[in-house]
Amino acid sequence: MNENMNQQETVAAKPKRQKSKSQLMAAALLDKAYNDTIEAKARGEKIGWATSLFPQEIAETLGLHIVYPENHGAAIAAKKLADPFLQYAEAHDCNNDLCSYAKIDLAYADILDCSPASNMAKPDFLLVANNGCNEITKWFELISRKYQIPIFMIDMTYNHMPYVTESRVQYIKAQIEKVIEDLSAFTGKAWDQERFAEIMRISTVNRGLWEQVADYLALKPSPLSGFDLFNYMGPMVFTRGREETGDVMRQLISEIEEHIKNGTSTYPAKEEFRVFWEGIACWPYLSHNLKTLKKYGINVCATAYARAWSLDYTPGDLESLARAYSFTSSNNILLEESVRRRTEWNKKFSIDGSIYHVNLACKVMVCQQQELMRRVSEACGNLPYMAFDGDQADYRNFSEAQFETRIEAFAELMRKHREECENG
Amino acid sequence: MLTMGIDIGSAASKAVILEDGVRIVAGTVVSAGTGTRGPSQVYAEVLDQAGVKETEISRIVATGYGRMNFQKADRELSEVSCHGRGMHFLLPDVRTVIDIGGQDAKTLLLDERGNLSHFLMNDKCAAGTGRFLEAMARVLDIRIEDMGEIAEQSQNPVSISSTCAVFAESEVISRLAGGEAIPDILAGIHGAVAKKVSGLAIRMGYQPKVAMSGGVARNHGVVKAMERELGCPVQVPDCCQLAGALGAALYAYGDLINKRRERV
Repeated sequence: MNENMNQQETVAAKPKRQKSKSQLMAAALLDKAYNDTIEAKARGEKIGWATSLFPQEIAETLGLHIVYPENHGAAIAAKKLADPFLQYAEAHDCNNDLCSYAKIDLAYADILDCSPASNMAKPDFLLVANNGCNEITKWFELISRKYQIPIFMIDMTYNHMPYVTESRVQYIKAQIEKVIEDLSAFTGKAWDQERFAEIMRISTVNRGLWEQVADYLALKPSPLSGFDLFNYMGPMVFTRGREETGDVMRQLISEIEEHIKNGTSTYPAKEEFRVFWEGIACWPYLSHNLKTLKKYGINVCATAYARAWSLDYTPGDLESLARAYSFTSSNNILLEESVRRRTEWNKKFSIDGSIYHVNLACKVMVCQQQELMRRVSEACGNLPYMAFDGDQADYRNFSEAQFETRIEAFAELMRKHREECENG
Repeated sequence: MLTMGIDIGSAASKAVILEDGVRIVAGTVVSAGTGTRGPSQVYAEVLDQAGVKETEISRIVATGYGRMNFQKADRELSEVSCHGRGMHFLLPDVRTVIDIGGQDAKTLLLDERGNLSHFLMNDKCAAGTGRFLEAMARVLDIRIEDMGEIAEQSQNPVSISSTCAVFAESEVISRLAGGEAIPDILAGIHGAVAKKVSGLAIRMGYQPKVAMSGGVARNHGVVKAMERELGCPVQVPDCCQLAGALGAALYAYGDLINKRRERV
């Protein structure tokens, strides 16, 4: 082997950035959640699959092991393992333009192996709430029919007013009480009201910590890369009712505080622009997206998506829990409320522009996006915005070159807008 | 001082040499885009046309889909920025630029100084772009550069409902089989492109005056159809296909002037 070859190998072997302790803790927590479910299944316990915004407090109180197919689909896509599942789904009765999480999960339900990613054990029951998505009710119905297992469902109601009406709160509350009764009977687990209050308390503490993490992005420059939030979403979706999630968040907060003290940041470039990211992450291209944004000093300092799991309720108060779960996802609230939230965040986080992920997998999210772009921009002093075509998990629906061209022009728009604002 | 802009698209490569940021010395187009001989050929041809050596070029800016792969460039810039700058140089009153290239369609809103105020681009599908017209020309067995002229003979334009190249191809074949005249089918094809791309302009909030750039702007049929859709005149500069390369050459000149100012 000559010297040149040695040099080339040295260059090629450039080490990846070392993961922080909080990142390792978050990954371990998720691995454990998947493994615990597999082990519980092996012990003969009944385990469930749940939609990502189902009130986890119920299963956690009953001590049930639950996994989340949406989160699982995102992990498979982010690890670039989605292809065989997408191909399988389309070869077995799924239309190409179905939600890509649904395609991956419906294929997984047959294949049941996605190693090296974590596997989900075969479910014994399904927990469904339609507060983030309506397609998911049909998707889970298919899973239910396939495995001949029951669905425990809460119809969360769409909210066409800027609040959840009292009658709707009562409707949701009554369903939650029925699900508790039915699920307890089905699994043979006893309901403990005190434990329920305690799980709500833990979840609320974790919510506060998660909000604190997200709020650090308001600092200029931000001590963390906004894309980091996407990486820490796993514990908030999966285990936000557990003390260990609080440990991860507290570790992350101590790391952020250290960055603030040292004047450093997890954002790997000089922060020139601060943007709002609309929609779900483009999981298969997360590192490409970050690399492209970094080139122009663009940091994602705010996102509605990561905050959807920040449920604000009063521990012990079932009505406030019902209200919070019904009024969290952008897919379940009216446009005016979406505009109001974004206008507030754009100001709080000193946002220079908005990036809209036109997510081909999520028709509901995309349905109001054009109007959202226009109204948010107007409400925020003609704030620049751009949109790109992508997909949360189907890697075929994204073009790297098109994204790069748009981001470059978008940086120019933001620069011009800033100059105009500075010059009055 | 000479600067060069090179626009490497998906279907063609274009280059412009500019003197002191004001005079176009040379401009060439080669119908071969990124990944082909196109970039090197257009580079050699534009130098030859200008009668200058490459050492006489003070700065080169590359743009277009293949901009990252042109090693001689001092800087790369997106085609959105370059088309805006180039069109403002050619037509200073223009506020809306509609650029249809090989695989991209974009609409740009410019301020009075030619700076970008807003832009929209086509979605990932290449419907309504040059590739779509290429596919239709192939089905009709005519040259792409003749499409506009032939369409002028249309007496009774047919409606082509699909902008998907695959579906439109079968639609065109069935129209041919049904005995429709080629000029009428072509007029329908141009209408389909204009409908698709004018939607972007409408959504962006286009403002007069409106102009088109890119290779497709050479097709009078598409331009006329666009005027019908937008209800206003659409200007096309003589060197519409060179707008991106010209903008890149202008940026190259601006870089040098700024550097000089910094030194002072």
